[in-house]
Amino acid sequence: MFCELHYNCVKAVLILDNDGERLYAKYYDDTYPTVKEQKAFEKNIFNKTHRTDSEIALLDGLTVVYKSNIDLYFYVIGSSHENELMLMSVLNCLFDSLSQMLRKNVEKRALLENMEGLFLAVDEIVDGGVILESDAQQVVHRVALRVGYLGRKRIKLVLRIIRLTCNLL
Amino acid sequence: MIKKFDKKDEESGSGSNPFQHLEKSAVLQEARIFNETPINPRRCLHILTKIIYLLNQGEHFGTTEATEAFFAMTRLFQSNDQTLRRMCYLTIKEMANISEDVIIVTSSLTKDMTGKEDIYRGPAIRALCRITDTTMLQAIERYMKQAIVDKVPSVSSSALVSSLHMVKMSYDVVKRWVNEAQEAASSDNIMVQYHALGLLYHLRKNDRLAVTKMLNTFTKSGLKSPFAYCMLIRIASRLLEETDGGHDSPLFDFIEGCLRNKHEMVVYEAASAIVHLPNCRARELAPAVSVLQLFCSSPKAALRYAAVRTLNKVAMKHPSAVTACNLDLENLITDSNRSIATLAITTLLKTGSESSVDRLMKQISSFVSEISDEFKVVVVQAISALCQKYPRKHSVMMNFLSNMLRDDGGFEYKRAIVDCIIGFIEENPESKETGLAHLCEFIEDCEHTVLATRILHLLGKEGPRTPTPSKYIRFIFNRVILESEAVRAAAVSALAKFGAQNDDLLPSVLVLLQRCMMDSDDEVRDRATFYMNVLQQKQKALNAAYIFNGLTVSVPGLEKSLHQYTLEPSEKPFDMKSVPLATTPINELKTELTPIVTTKLPEKVAPSRQDIYQEQLSAIPEFKGLGPLFKSSDPVQLTEAETEYVVRCIKHTFTNHIVFQFDCTNTLNDQLLQKVIVQMEPSEAYEVVHYVPAANLPYNQPSSCYTLVRLPDEDPTAVSCTFSCTMKYLVRDCDPNTGEPDEDGYDDEYLLEDLEVTVADHIQKVLKPNFGAAWEEVGDDFEKEETFALASVKTLEEAINNIISFLGMQPCERTDKVPENKNSHVLLLAGVFRGGHDILVRSRLALADGVTMQVTVRSKDEIPVDVILASVG
Repeated sequence: MFCELHYNCVKAVLILDNDGERLYAKYYDDTYPTVKEQKAFEKNIFNKTHRTDSEIALLDGLTVVYKSNIDLYFYVIGSSHENELMLMSVLNCLFDSLSQMLRKNVEKRALLENMEGLFLAVDEIVDGGVILESDAQQVVHRVALRVGYLGRKRIKLVLRIIRLTCNLL
Repeated sequence: MIKKFDKKDEESGSGSNPFQHLEKSAVLQEARIFNETPINPRRCLHILTKIIYLLNQGEHFGTTEATEAFFAMTRLFQSNDQTLRRMCYLTIKEMANISEDVIIVTSSLTKDMTGKEDIYRGPAIRALCRITDTTMLQAIERYMKQAIVDKVPSVSSSALVSSLHMVKMSYDVVKRWVNEAQEAASSDNIMVQYHALGLLYHLRKNDRLAVTKMLNTFTKSGLKSPFAYCMLIRIASRLLEETDGGHDSPLFDFIEGCLRNKHEMVVYEAASAIVHLPNCRARELAPAVSVLQLFCSSPKAALRYAAVRTLNKVAMKHPSAVTACNLDLENLITDSNRSIATLAITTLLKTGSESSVDRLMKQISSFVSEISDEFKVVVVQAISALCQKYPRKHSVMMNFLSNMLRDDGGFEYKRAIVDCIIGFIEENPESKETGLAHLCEFIEDCEHTVLATRILHLLGKEGPRTPTPSKYIRFIFNRVILESEAVRAAAVSALAKFGAQNDDLLPSVLVLLQRCMMDSDDEVRDRATFYMNVLQQKQKALNAAYIFNGLTVSVPGLEKSLHQYTLEPSEKPFDMKSVPLATTPINELKTELTPIVTTKLPEKVAPSRQDIYQEQLSAIPEFKGLGPLFKSSDPVQLTEAETEYVVRCIKHTFTNHIVFQFDCTNTLNDQLLQKVIVQMEPSEAYEVVHYVPAANLPYNQPSSCYTLVRLPDEDPTAVSCTFSCTMKYLVRDCDPNTGEPDEDGYDDEYLLEDLEVTVADHIQKVLKPNFGAAWEEVGDDFEKEETFALASVKTLEEAINNIISFLGMQPCERTDKVPENKNSHVLLLAGVFRGGHDILVRSRLALADGVTMQVTVRSKDEIPVDVILASVG
């Protein structure tokens, strides 16, 4: 049965790298109160999911929806009574927002260079477990990362690639 | 192209992480540049990112260092860099619980939330509400109200969601914003609508009328947001459940209407709500099931998963409703998502017909190694349910289970399989030998002590009665050689049971036990010595009492009695009969296994219900000299459920007395009852000795009063009696609001229903695992036999259930289940009569027009035998 009419449906948002290390983790309730329990849960989740490309699983009595891209693993976790599609909409929104902010370059290095963007985006998507926004366009608009930062990093990257290409040739 | 990227990776070191080796102290050191003027937004931003990253990694910040960094951060509000400001809000939220005096940023945040920059306002509201308490909330109340109805969606959403978080803490303040929330609910923005609805519901959820009104408004006006629809569906189904609304209720129509919504999320929510409604009939289920069926072929894994999981739930209660989806479910067996495949297969196992079992089993075995333990347990349970449905398929399933048993897996998984096989063996006598053989093979290589001891116990119980008991001896003795102490001890007990029951095996068992007496562990040696000596006597009675049917007393009770005995040394030997009996645990209904939670095994033997009563009663001085509590009955209701006063009675039987415990509840909020007793008028020679009143019985707080009755000495066979009961008390009227009672009160009484004491109250259930041995042990000194005709009973099952509930005895050797299509049956019952005499009943039943019953009773004393026969007649 629906346990409580919980408005806070998201229990956690996680991003792990391809070794299962935490890049980002936000827990919205006390299912895993200590860092130790959280890390154990993350390890468990990673082991169960990183080899398969399916997008949903039941773990520890929690519904986990996930998605991977290159060397990043995105997870949204909710209670097993939660509407799976709602959780999915959060995951998609997170991924699409990041994809836009990182110019489709969703991989670990780009993400780490734009951590502030990630922090702000998650803050706009979920607040205290409540879904705040599910439209990626809106999220990107609200995060409003000044093109300056991204642009500057971007230019640096392009320059480096050009330099490398030249070296190769 | 690929090459280029490789090169790049090499250059910077693969997987480089600029945050990898961050030192907290170094970062805090860097944070000092926050104090420099002019502020360098880029560097400061980078440092804030590092701080949040560290917090995110679970790094611990001390209060002093956090406060220091927090205060330095507040200076950054001077900069007008947008991203920097936003990161400040985040830092405030992250540090709200770590740093001290976070409220100093209140004014800066208030300025931002009311300022011109829309981009700041939403996040500023959320940060502000994170650090606000009830008193401060009142100070910003005006701004919050404005923000809720703001035309910028992000501002309105932020204000609504923050209010939602504040409801728990400051309900009274947030309650005043209900009109603003109402206005926001008609917003065009889908998220604002959702958040407003959430807030409205949480402000009104205790007022059912208001919720109903709200639902009516919104279900009529229609909403845009799928999230809001999901929420409405949940509220509606909750309300339906609480009000027991029928399926003709407009709420149900609303939910059913949502099945045609254009958003999959809403459709699924509605289907799931219908499936979860209690007492849903097949007709109402059908539309929900058919949308779920459509979802089964969706390209989205999450949707398929959701659908099949919900169908699985339907199949638990209404397997026939799901049969229409069997084809779709079969397609899902090969789904690349193993969770979906498993759910599909377990659903099919519940709905499938007998003929499809073989095929399904084959399909399961093809992927069982790929799924997680949690799902394996689900599969095993589905199989176990299937066995009960189609007992003829046991050989297929037994083979399958034994294969699963051989695979790797955790404790929970293995335990589920072992449970399932044991269940099999008990249900189907034909599968006993194969089942035991599989289990024997399993314990040859079993790392779980609990399972090994359980299986050994089972072998000891069932093995000796198979045609070739000798083949099990090898497996058991291997345990003695190879395993840990606990398993060795269990193996010794199992061996002894073989020796006691099979005369031709006895010499070899004695030789084996002789060897066990040289064991390094004292428990193993003790058991071996004990059994050796018992077996050498070659007396059936001794075997029965000490090997087959162990102690029947409650362990905590025995501990207490022994402690008492050592405190007051006496010449008399310790009397086992003075120890309260263990109550046979009521078979718990198997709980549904979703969600699967790993249960922690209880560390200690939990005191049973009876032990708790014993404790409570012995605390009352009037009941000190009654001796040990013999039996406590289940509660009997003495009033209707919805009367002014609700009274139920528990009968506690002692050796020569009965204590009646009356649990009374006063449901009138304008009355306080005092000095409550229940006066009892017995119909027979029972004597009421004492009343223990309940001093106070305030509104809605249950309290107990007691009546002590002495059982008649002259005629020990007079075990049944009817009492007419009247509750007497002093009423003091009181103000329903304050609960303040009046000075004076008046006496009043309330008639309760009659209470009966029957033969079952004098007999405690005891399970004799080996009834035959116990029967021989008691002997025929006081055996009596009589034949009765039960004319009104039409089936054997009915007769058996009547006898068991009437006598209150424990059916042994699973004789409470009648094999199909039989006209005669033997029911074996065991119990202990008040005073401590074992009593055994063998009742032969034959079905003709009515049921004819031949009852044979044995005991070591004449009275219980007479009591039983007298009461049956």
